[in-house]
Amino acid sequence: MAYKRQIDRLPIPPKDAKVHNVTCHYCIVGCGYKAYTWDRNKQGTPTENAFGIDLSKQQGADGTWMAPSMYNVVKQDGKDVHLAVMPDHDCVVNSGLGSIRGARMAENRPSTVTGTQQQRLRDPMMWRYGVLQPTSWDDALDLVAQVTARVVTEGSEDDLVVSMFDHGGSAGGYENTWGTGKLYFESMKVKNCRIHNRPAYNSEVHSTRDMGVGELNYQYKDYELTDTIMIVGANPLETQTNLFLNHMVPGMRNGAKVIFVEPRRTVSVNAAEVAAGKDNVLHLQINAGTDMALFNALLTEIVAKGWVDKDFIANSTFQDGIAQAQDAGHPAALGSIEEAMKSCTMSLSEAAGICGVDAADIAKAAAWIAEPKDGARRKCVTAYEKGIIWGNDNYRTIGALVNIALATGNVGREGGGVCRLGGHQEGYYRPSDAHVGRPATYVDQLLINGGGKVHHVWACDHYKTTLNASQFKRIHKKRSDMVKEAMDAAAGGTREDLVNAIVGAVNKGGLFVVDVDIINSQIGQNAHVVLAACESNEMNLTSMNGERRLRLSEKYMDPFGNSKPDCLIAAGIAQNMERVLKAMGKADYAAQFQGYDWSTEEDAFMDGYNKGNPEVTYDRLRQMGNNGVQEPVVGFENGKLVGVERLYSNGEFGTGDKKARFCAAGWRGWQAEGKAEEQAKYKYWINNGRANIFWQNQFLDQDNDFIQDRFPFPFIEMNPADMADIGAGPGDLVEIHNANGATQAMVYPTPTARRGETLMVFGSPAGSQGNVINPGVNELVLPDYKHTWADIRKISDAPATVKAISFKSKEYKSV
Amino acid sequence: MSRCSNLVDVGRRHFLRGGSVAVAGLATAVLPVGGAKAAPANAQINYPSNRLANVSDLTVNEPMDIEYPDADSPGALIKLGQAIEGGAGPDGDIVAFSTLCPHKGWQLAYDSKDSTFNCPGHFSRFDVEAGGQQVWGHATQNLPQYTLRVDDNGDIYAEGASDLIFGRPSNVL
Ligand code: SF4
Ligand code: FES
Repeated sequence: MAYKRQIDRLPIPPKDAKVHNVTCHYCIVGCGYKAYTWDRNKQGTPTENAFGIDLSKQQGADGTWMAPSMYNVVKQDGKDVHLAVMPDHDCVVNSGLGSIRGARMAENRPSTVTGTQQQRLRDPMMWRYGVLQPTSWDDALDLVAQVTARVVTEGSEDDLVVSMFDHGGSAGGYENTWGTGKLYFESMKVKNCRIHNRPAYNSEVHSTRDMGVGELNYQYKDYELTDTIMIVGANPLETQTNLFLNHMVPGMRNGAKVIFVEPRRTVSVNAAEVAAGKDNVLHLQINAGTDMALFNALLTEIVAKGWVDKDFIANSTFQDGIAQAQDAGHPAALGSIEEAMKSCTMSLSEAAGICGVDAADIAKAAAWIAEPKDGARRKCVTAYEKGIIWGNDNYRTIGALVNIALATGNVGREGGGVCRLGGHQEGYYRPSDAHVGRPATYVDQLLINGGGKVHHVWACDHYKTTLNASQFKRIHKKRSDMVKEAMDAAAGGTREDLVNAIVGAVNKGGLFVVDVDIINSQIGQNAHVVLAACESNEMNLTSMNGERRLRLSEKYMDPFGNSKPDCLIAAGIAQNMERVLKAMGKADYAAQFQGYDWSTEEDAFMDGYNKGNPEVTYDRLRQMGNNGVQEPVVGFENGKLVGVERLYSNGEFGTGDKKARFCAAGWRGWQAEGKAEEQAKYKYWINNGRANIFWQNQFLDQDNDFIQDRFPFPFIEMNPADMADIGAGPGDLVEIHNANGATQAMVYPTPTARRGETLMVFGSPAGSQGNVINPGVNELVLPDYKHTWADIRKISDAPATVKAISFKSKEYKSV
Repeated sequence: MSRCSNLVDVGRRHFLRGGSVAVAGLATAVLPVGGAKAAPANAQINYPSNRLANVSDLTVNEPMDIEYPDADSPGALIKLGQAIEGGAGPDGDIVAFSTLCPHKGWQLAYDSKDSTFNCPGHFSRFDVEAGGQQVWGHATQNLPQYTLRVDDNGDIYAEGASDLIFGRPSNVL
C-alpha cells in the first residue's frame, strides 16, 4: 500500500516566528518561499500565528496550508528550532504554488531530531586504513594541497583535472562559482575541466550566443502576453513546473496556441490540451533527431509567405553575407538571413519525409508562428531545452531555431523571446575561461586515456550524469584504486611518506581524487579526500532564475555538522596551497593563492560578483525580497535595484556590431559519431528524460520515503506491445544493453509511447542511463545523450518493493 | 457523482460555507481551545467515529460523497468490487479518502474508468487501488485515507486518517 505519513497534526508557527526569504533551489524556475523558524518551546495558536489567518477553520482551495513535508526541526545558531518552508503568495514567479520538489525543501533538510537526510556529510573524510575516515578540515585540506601542489609543480596545471558546477541554486550560485573560479581560473589556469552534466567546459548553447542572442532573454510574463507558445524538446510541466502552471497555462487560457516539437507525448502536451483546448495544440511528433530539418522548413515557409519582420531584419540583424565563417570553433557559418537561407532552405515535403510528420502540419505550425493576426505581427515565444541541447547537431539545431525567432522579430519584444528553459538556476561569476579554449578538452576521454593525475570534483557525480559511463566508471575506479593501494601501503608513516606514496602512484597512472559534495556520492566512492559542503539556506546564496531574476536565498539554519559553503572550501584549498608552496620554496607561485581571506560567503560575494556589479549587495537584495531584480542590474533608485525585463528590447544584440546573426544551419543527418550505426543495429530507442517527482534532486530523494515508495527503481516507459515482445509486465526489471554497456530499469507501461521508442529516467542513483550512451559528441564536445539505441531483456519479475505501486497512466483526465 | 461534474465551482462553493457552520456539526472529540483548566492534551488526536453509510448503500465503483472528520472536509467512500490491501467490509474492497487535493486543496474528481482521482487544479492524479498513491502530480503526500470499521449490521464508520488533510493544521479542528 502507498506510503502513509501518519501525521495528523503539526505545530503552529507563532506570530513572532523569524521569517526568511527563500528561493527554491531545486530548479531553474526559482519559486519564492518563506521560511519560518521559531524556538523549540514556543508555538502559535489557531488565531494568533505567523500566517495571520484563522487556522481553526478549514482553508479553501489555493489557501495557505503547511503540509507535513514543509516542516522540520533544524539547527539554527546551534539550537534546535522548528522550521516551516511555505510557498510565497506574493512572489510573482509562483504566486503561492509549490511543487512536489520545492514543497519538500523543509523535509529534505538534514535533521538530527527528525532523522531526515542522514546521508548528508558532516565532516571531511580521508582514505585511511582501507576506508574513508572522518577527520579535521586542517588535516584534509593539507593533504589536498600537498598532493596538488606537488603534482602541478613537478608537472603542470594540466595534470589537475577539475569537474565543477557552473550553475546557481543548489551547489553553485554566485558565491560558489566565484570561489571555485578564482581558485582554478585566476590563481591557476586549469584548462582540463568539465561541468557537472557534460564532459567538457563549454556552453550548452554556443550558437545562440554567437548569434548575439543570450539564451535567457525574456521574462516569464511573456507567456501570458503571447499569441503562440512553441515548446521544443522540453517537458515544462515536469521540469519547470510552476513556470508552466503559473505563466504558460494562463497564456493558454488567454487564447495562446501551443506547438510542441517532441517525439514523445508528454504530460505537458496532455495538460496543454486541457488548458488550451485540443484544437489549439499542435504536437509535431517528429522522428528522433530531426528537429533541424523541421526548423529549416518552418523558416523556408515563413520566408516564402512573406511573414518575416522586414524592419527588424534590416535594423537588427547582420546584412553583409558572412560574419563568421565555419571553422573548428564554429560548426556553422553565421551571417545575414540571405546567407543562412543558402544552407537552410528546405521544402515542406522534404522535411515531412525526414521528420515523419505531415507537410500540412508543418505549414500550420509556420502559420501559428508567423502569419499576421488581425493585421498585426503575431507574437510567438519559443522555449527549448535538452531535447535539442542534448540532441543531434546541437550547434546548428539551436541556431536553426533561433533563426525563426530572428526572422519573425520575436526577440526582445513583449510576448516574444527564444529561450532555453534551463535546469538549475544560473549563478555564474568567474574570471575569464578563455584559456580553456574552444573546442574545450574532452575531459572524460582525457581521463579514460590515462591523462590527469589529480581530479578535483565539485558537486558532480559522473557515475550518474555522464555519457559512456560504463567505461568512464571502470577506468576512474581502477586509477583511483591504484592510489588507495599506495595509501594503504603507506599507513603508519609520516605525512611526507603518504604524499610520496600518492605522487608515486599517480605517476604510474593512478588518479588522486578529491570530492567536494553534500552527500556521499557514487563517484565519491573513488575519493581519497572528501570535503563536506553545505547548500543554500545553510548559507546565504545568490542565483538568478530562467528570466534572470536575481534573489538572495537567506541562511536560516546551520550547515550540517562541520560542513561548509563551497566558496569557503575553495578558499581553504587556496590558503593551504599558498602555505605548502611557500614551504616548497615557490614564493612567486604561492603569492598567486593570496586574496582568500573570506570568513563568510558574503565576503566571497563582495570579492566577486559585487566587484563587477557594484550596485548589488546582500542588504539591497534582502530588501528586494522574493521578487528580486531581473539581471542585468542597471542602477539603484529610490531604494531599489533597477533591472531589465527583457534583453535586446532596443534592438541591439550581443555582438561586436550589435547586429544579430543568422545561422547557416545546413541539415546533415546524424552529426555525432556512431549514432547512425547504433540506430541501425539495435531495436529500441532509449530516449532519456526527467520526472516531476525528483527531477534534479534525486540524490537527496534517494533518502526520502515518500519518493522511494513511488519509484523504488528508475523507470523505463515502454509501449505495452513492446513489453509483450520481451515478456515483461508492469514493474518487471529489465536490462538495457548495447556495446557501450548495460543498465537496469523498471518497466512502466505507456500506451502513448510509440513502438520501439522508450524513455528512461536520467541520472538515477539506482540505474544510470549514461551506461549505454556512446561517447559521440559534437565539434564543441556537446554530448548527444538523447540518441541511444539498445536491446532490452527482462531480468526479474517485479521485486517486492514494486508490487504495490501504481502503473496507471500519468496523464490527467478531466472527468 | 454530482460533486465531480463541476469541480472547481463546487469545490470553491463548498468552502464558502465557512468553518463556523461546520463546527456546529462536529461529532465528537474537538480539542479544547484555550480554557484555563483544560485537561492535558493527548499525544495524538482523537478522531471521531462517524457512520458514513451502510454496505448495502454502495454500488461498485460509484463513489459516495462523505464528510469526515467534519462537515468541512469532503471525501469519498468507494466499493471497488475486488479485495484490496487495506480494504474494509465483507469483501475487503471498501476504501475512503479525502477528496481535497493535498497540493492546493482543489476538489478531486473520480474517474471510474481507471479508479483514479483527478485534480482539475494542476493535473495531479491519485490511484484509489494503490492506497491513494499519487500517480503523478504536485502533492507531497498521498491522498489521506480513512480508517474504516464495518460493524455486524454493515454500517461503515470512519475512525481515523493516514495523512494530514489539506487546509488544516490538525485533522480534527
Ligand atoms: S517549480 Fe522548481 S523552483 Fe518552483 S518549487 Fe518546484 S522545484 Fe522549486
Ligand atoms: S490542487 Fe490538485 S494539483 Fe494542484
